[in-house]
Amino acid sequence: MQLTTLFATALFFLALLSGCSQRPESSLYQQLGGEDGIASITDGLLREIEQDQRIVHHFADTDIERFRKLLAEQLCELSGGPCRYSGGTMQQSHTGFNISLADYDALVDGLIKVMQQQKISISAQNQLLALLAPMYKDISYR
Amino acid sequence: MILRLILLLGCLLTSMASLAGSKIIATGGASTIEGSAGGGIVPWAVINGYGSSGEWAATAFATQVGVDDFTLNVLGASISYDNNWEWSLARQTFKLDNLGGELRQDIFGLKYHIAGELLYTALPQFSLGLQYKKHRDFALPSAVGARDDTGLDLYLAASKMLFDQVAGRNVLLNATLRATKANQTGLLGFGNADNNDYQLVFEGSAVLLLNYNLALGVEFKQKPNQLAFANEQHWRDIFAAWFINKQLSLVAGYADLGSIAGFNSQQGYYVSIEGAW
Repeated sequence: MQLTTLFATALFFLALLSGCSQRPESSLYQQLGGEDGIASITDGLLREIEQDQRIVHHFADTDIERFRKLLAEQLCELSGGPCRYSGGTMQQSHTGFNISLADYDALVDGLIKVMQQQKISISAQNQLLALLAPMYKDISYR
Repeated sequence: MILRLILLLGCLLTSMASLAGSKIIATGGASTIEGSAGGGIVPWAVINGYGSSGEWAATAFATQVGVDDFTLNVLGASISYDNNWEWSLARQTFKLDNLGGELRQDIFGLKYHIAGELLYTALPQFSLGLQYKKHRDFALPSAVGARDDTGLDLYLAASKMLFDQVAGRNVLLNATLRATKANQTGLLGFGNADNNDYQLVFEGSAVLLLNYNLALGVEFKQKPNQLAFANEQHWRDIFAAWFINKQLSLVAGYADLGSIAGFNSQQGYYVSIEGAW
C-alpha cells in the first residue's frame, strides 16, 4: 500500500474526529460539572495530595479548609464560572516552598487521576490543563 | 531473541511496577531506532522514561522494521537523570534479506535538556544531543564508497505539547536539526571518498494524543545522499503508540524508507516495545 494513501486515511479520520467534536456550547465550568463538579475535583485532589508521599510535606502547615475554598474558587474562576478567586498571587502563595518540577508533575498526575475518576471528558480535561500548565513558572522553584 | 526480551521485560515489570517516576504518562516518548527518546525515527527533546527533577529512570526496548528487501532489528537501553540527562545504547542489526548477510551498528547517545518544559512553558522544550555511531561490518559500506566506519551526529531538538488542539485533544510537535555524515543513518558508513563534510538535515514529527494512553503520529526524516553507487532518500512513517502504563508501551507503524542500496521503494511495518522503570 502507498504511504500517501495511509496519510490520506489518517487525515480523513482526523477530520472526522474534529467534525464530531464541535466544541460544546457549554462553558468549561459547566463541562467540569459546575459548582458540585468543582467541589468534587477539589476534594479528590486533596485526597490525592494527602496520599502522595512525594508532595504531602509541602502542605504540613497549610490551613486545609482555606486551601480547599481558595482552590475551588480558583478552578471556578479559571473555567469561566461565577466566582472570584480571593487568594494571593501564585507567586506569593508558593514562595519559600521551592516546588520542583517533580512536585508539579506529581500534582498534575493527581489532578488527571481525579478528573479521570470523575469521567470528565478528555476535551474538558485538556482545556483545564491548558489553563493550569502555564502557572508552572509562577509556582516552581520559589 | 525479541520474544525472550519481551518475557524478560514482563518479569521485570511485575517486580518493579512501583518505581515509576513522576512525569506524566507518554511524556517520555518512545525509543527511536537510534536509542534516543523520540518517535520511531526522529529524536525529540524529551528525556527517556519517567524521571522528573531529581529522579532517575531507565528504559529498555526492542524494535523491528521490516521493509521489502531488508529487516532492521534494534535492541537498546537508556538511563536518565533529573529529566535533563539521557544516556542511551542501541545495537542495530540490518539484515539484507535478498543479498544475504547483515550489517551491524552500535550507537551511543547522549542528550541534555537545555531549556523549556514540554508541558509547562510557552517556550518549547529544547535539547542538544549527540550520537556516536560505530559500524561493526564495514567491509560492505567501504566497498560501496563510504569513507569511515564511525560517525558523530549532533542534533538540536525542540518539542512542545499543545493542549486542546484537535477535537479537544493535545498535539505534540517536534522539530530536530541534525548535523551528520551518515549514509543511511550509518548503516552504510559515513562520508564518501570525496566528501567528509557534515550535512545539515531536518527531521519532524507531529503526534495527536487521543487520550493519555493512545497517540497517532507522523514523522519525516531528511537524509543526505552521498554515495554514488545508489540513491538515498528521505524517510517517513506513520505510527500508533499505546502507553499501557508508565512501565510498558507499544508502537506499531508503517514506514517508507525509500530507496536503499539500489532497492527502490522500501516500505513495511514498524513495531517496538519499551519497558520503563
